[in-house]
Amino acid sequence: MAGQTSKSFVDNLGKIYGGYAGGFIGFVIVLAILEQMGVPNKVIGYCFVFLTIGVYAYIGIISRTMEISEYYVAGRVVPPFFNGMATGADWMSAASFISMAGGLYLAGYGGLGYVLGWTGGYVLVGVLLAPYLRKFGQFTVPDFLGVRYEGRTARFCGVVVLFCASFTYIVAQTYGIGIITSRFLGIPFEIAIFVGLLGILVCSMLGGMRAVTWTQVAQYIILIIAYLIPVVWLSVKLYGNPIPELAYGQVLDQIGQFEKKLAIVKPHAAAFVDAKGQFSWVEFNNFWALVLCLMVGTASLPHILMRYFTTPNVRDARTSVGWSIFFIFLLYFTAPAYAAFAKLEVYTNVIGHPISSLPAWVQNWSQVGGLLTIKDANGDGILQLAEFVINQDIIVLSMPEIAGLPYVISGLVAAGGLAAALSTADGLLLAIANALSHDIYYKMIDPKASTARRLIVARVLLVLVAIVGAAVAGTRPAGIIQMVAWAFSLAAAGLFVPLVLGIWWKRTTTAGAITGMICGFGVCLYYLIGTRYFGMAEWFGIRNISSALFGLPVAFVVTIVVSLMTKAPSKEMQDFVDSIRVPKGELHWVAGTAHD
Amino acid sequence: MAELTPSQREAYWSKTSRLMWTIMVLWFVFGFGIHLFAVPLNSVSIFGFPLGFYMAAQGSLIAFVVLCFWNARAQNKIDQEFGVSED
Repeated sequence: MAGQTSKSFVDNLGKIYGGYAGGFIGFVIVLAILEQMGVPNKVIGYCFVFLTIGVYAYIGIISRTMEISEYYVAGRVVPPFFNGMATGADWMSAASFISMAGGLYLAGYGGLGYVLGWTGGYVLVGVLLAPYLRKFGQFTVPDFLGVRYEGRTARFCGVVVLFCASFTYIVAQTYGIGIITSRFLGIPFEIAIFVGLLGILVCSMLGGMRAVTWTQVAQYIILIIAYLIPVVWLSVKLYGNPIPELAYGQVLDQIGQFEKKLAIVKPHAAAFVDAKGQFSWVEFNNFWALVLCLMVGTASLPHILMRYFTTPNVRDARTSVGWSIFFIFLLYFTAPAYAAFAKLEVYTNVIGHPISSLPAWVQNWSQVGGLLTIKDANGDGILQLAEFVINQDIIVLSMPEIAGLPYVISGLVAAGGLAAALSTADGLLLAIANALSHDIYYKMIDPKASTARRLIVARVLLVLVAIVGAAVAGTRPAGIIQMVAWAFSLAAAGLFVPLVLGIWWKRTTTAGAITGMICGFGVCLYYLIGTRYFGMAEWFGIRNISSALFGLPVAFVVTIVVSLMTKAPSKEMQDFVDSIRVPKGELHWVAGTAHD
Repeated sequence: MAELTPSQREAYWSKTSRLMWTIMVLWFVFGFGIHLFAVPLNSVSIFGFPLGFYMAAQGSLIAFVVLCFWNARAQNKIDQEFGVSED
């Protein structure tokens, strides 16, 4: 691969990635044998972290490019199947891989809001947005706003929302990378973050979207193998059934028996209950609010939407959404099983055992920044349920050790978590840097900038954003899943309405879209910051991870009312919208809107 | 290639919109509707799963995957019918 993606490379993708997946499995087997021969755990942890990052770096370097369309949209040659895998990795971040099953472990049914919210949004993407944005065929999401709502104001508002949402999101990913590298390399968290940062930068800096795309496909393969193997292993070990998604019905049953024995008042599978196990309207409302915000947020996050700019045509963009959700589904329908198996293992192997007999993993995890605490409160030397406090961010990573699986599985899971966090961080970083370099620098500051200059600006911004993100992550602002949910709310409140109405309602005017964006995003941000930092009371008991519940309706109402009060868009603009709606044919550009 | 006439375009877009609304309704049913009944559904058990839990953990997810592929297929058919699908 030189400057441009060659046809033979695209034709042989199946063979290339098939060989790669085989190679990775071989690598895991070799490490498993080495472990049996007595190679220390630390060495195995190092191998997983460095070798996988090495592979990503290699792909990143051979994909380097100085072509604008390769850098921004991977040359628009990515087949739908592989774009689906890349989107899967882009999508599934530290939150999905590391925290989601942990959330399910702690919250039971309540955690399923994440599972539903983070899958159902793709229906919105596929039906409402992806094919039309592909037809539009520019480089970034703010590009669309800038053309549809003629001018810099809409583009600029889009960039602001994009920046706030993606930056919050990237901080969460860097935090996740910090947890993994800290634990598996045995170095302090604050340093581990910067080691992870190098991993992010090598993938995206030289090759932009092209490098990120092909790295993400590689990362998807690793993360899905890493997620499935430990659960399949446990399922076979306990029930002789290699399909954990079917077997965990029995696990839920056994958990139910433990809950009776341990006198747990909040059952795992009970819906909409508070900590006392009673039906609660607050939980009920929050469940729906979260599902809605995550779904709408999915259809508003620029790093996801821009993946559909890379397919060869509109039809492929649609099919690609199907493949995306399929590949995401593989992990998401396993996560509740993962949580159930982890819970069963904790109830069986940890609770009720003498504290002095607990294995080494307890010690190892206790050292990673207070994420696991064990305190013998009643001094009887036996670990009671209330004395075992585990953070949701380490349940997936520690489960293989809790269940007594070989250490090589722990290393594998760490590599998977790292792949998930790195791939998402790369996508986000690229979305931010592209918006700043393409939308702000090129479209607003210096429209005459040469290609080389634009690409250099893009890379410098990429590095700067990454460093700032890592610095913020070092302060540990909040849990991973919480930060990610904020990002979804911010994107949903600010971008969903102008994007969807811009395509589906020709009457949407520039003034309507801009005021709608500002009001919707403003309300969302006000609620988030007010409740989080200034002790503002919650409205109707809705938690701030679902802030968009208030921002979204405001955005809709304001956009529609203001649009109806202002003069309808010009005939040219209506023709332009018409031309976006039909897959075939030229776009009818409105004179004066900036496009390449 | 000839562009669509305004009336063809209208017909194309009304078919597309109808598909969109159909899928949105199903999306709403699987994303929200059935989970409203999670509490009563949980008293039913299939393969050891409480049904309400199962629907949120797997059932709806399968429906979403099917909806996405179905949308792509149905929209391609509409495109072909109007001769606006890409070569």
